[in-house]
Amino acid sequence: MIVADKKPVEEIIGYVKDHEKILVLGCNECVTVCEAGGKKEVGILASSLRMYFANQGRDIVVDERTLERQCDHEYLEEIRDIADQYDAIISIACGVGIQFTAEKYHSIPVYPGVNTCFLGVTEQRGLWTERCQACGNCILAYTGGICPVSRCAKRIMNGPCGGSSKGSCEINKDLDCAWQLIIDRLKAINRIDLYEKMFDIKDWSTDRAGGPRKVVREDVQI
Amino acid sequence: MSAKTPSRLEKIMAAGHLGVTSECGPPRGSDPETIREKAELLRGYVDAVNVTDNQTSVVRTSSLATCIHLKLMGIEPVLQMVTRDRNRIALQSDILGGASFDIFNLLCLSGDHQSFGDNPQGQNVHDLDSMQLAWTARKMRDEGKFLGGADIKRPPRMFVGAAANPFADPFEIRVPRLAKKIEAGAEFIQTQCIYNLDKFEEWVKQARERGLTEKVYIMAGVTPFKSAGMAKYMKNRVPGMDVPDDVVKRMADTPKEKQAEEGVNICVETIQRLKEVDGVKGFHIMAIEWEEMVPDIVKRSGLYPRPEIA
Repeated sequence: MIVADKKPVEEIIGYVKDHEKILVLGCNECVTVCEAGGKKEVGILASSLRMYFANQGRDIVVDERTLERQCDHEYLEEIRDIADQYDAIISIACGVGIQFTAEKYHSIPVYPGVNTCFLGVTEQRGLWTERCQACGNCILAYTGGICPVSRCAKRIMNGPCGGSSKGSCEINKDLDCAWQLIIDRLKAINRIDLYEKMFDIKDWSTDRAGGPRKVVREDVQI
Repeated sequence: MSAKTPSRLEKIMAAGHLGVTSECGPPRGSDPETIREKAELLRGYVDAVNVTDNQTSVVRTSSLATCIHLKLMGIEPVLQMVTRDRNRIALQSDILGGASFDIFNLLCLSGDHQSFGDNPQGQNVHDLDSMQLAWTARKMRDEGKFLGGADIKRPPRMFVGAAANPFADPFEIRVPRLAKKIEAGAEFIQTQCIYNLDKFEEWVKQARERGLTEKVYIMAGVTPFKSAGMAKYMKNRVPGMDVPDDVVKRMADTPKEKQAEEGVNICVETIQRLKEVDGVKGFHIMAIEWEEMVPDIVKRSGLYPRPEIA
């Protein structure tokens, strides 16, 4: 999933303090799972804003809404009829949802209420960790299913570097060395032979290096 | 192994002599005198001088510019290049830039992570890794081709090296990793500072058993301790460093005013023992901000005078 983290409420207040009618817009997908932008967080953020404005003696409308997704036209269209009532939207979907909302509601300011962090997993409740950087050219078949692009601090393709120590990365003892994990896994699946081959220079043109990316599937287009 | 480049370092080791290198860290400023003063301390005592590339991710004068200063002084530089700060375009370009000044040695590294340095908020590049950089340099030299496939007019003639840390984990892949670096194109290896001699000798033994010591010049890395504090710091704070307790104790048990001398003693003893190891082809003496000690270490280790090579 896309993992996001809540922005400090003070930062959000800074964005919306001069507005009068505000919609806090959540998303029922990834950000709900990582507890940053679902219905529950919409309620908490809206309450915080109401309290802030009440303390300021200001009568500001703060409404709540959570869509199934903010990255699809059909769900974003659900607020078409009400959007004009607001002079600001705070989206607490991921950066994708925030942008798509802004694209759709061209004349209304849309502010981010979260920082979008990475593509990751729920290791345990309250702990989400990165697994993928969407480089567009997956190499997991050769690395035992563990990604050096997203999990090695130097994204070294022929690791581990000289800083790997007792399974930890040189930048932080609490971080696993991706190459230690890869080697352990290659051994477990009896494919340590894959380690012996030098990884060719990677084509990064499918990564962000190649500019904004697109997937076109004519076979499924209507 | 016969020499393939005009590198003095390569010729010396190809002739069967132990090679000796040291290093010169560029200054945190632009005064060329500080570079010349450091390099002058090493003249005649080593075969080539490594110039570090923004080591520990702290901004310094560029490695390439510093190498040019050394070259103009008649001292042979080893151009260190890290993949942290430059993409494949800049790396190839700087290899050519070095080659245009007839810099004949290149050491390919990934570089310390930028979080250790003075710009922890910066991006890192790592378009290539250190092995892929060695491969690139060899392609440029041996095939006369850029990565993009075009021909290079007057290709670089560089003796290509890489680093190895026999003490990093997991130990079991340290020799396979060395094999990969050689396959990638590394012709010489400079190792991490050695304090755990038994472990280092085990690593060389495994490399020897795989026939790797016949394919690459292994230069054993040594760093003299200036103080007991430095020994403790290296043991506890420097990633991938293996300083056994007895070495730390030996430094700590030495009176403060004698510690620097003891640090040099340990360094000389290390070289003397490792000179006898089959597969060790030279020494890389990294006297960090202590270049003035290098001549003494070289002499006391029986590595002076340096061989004359045509």
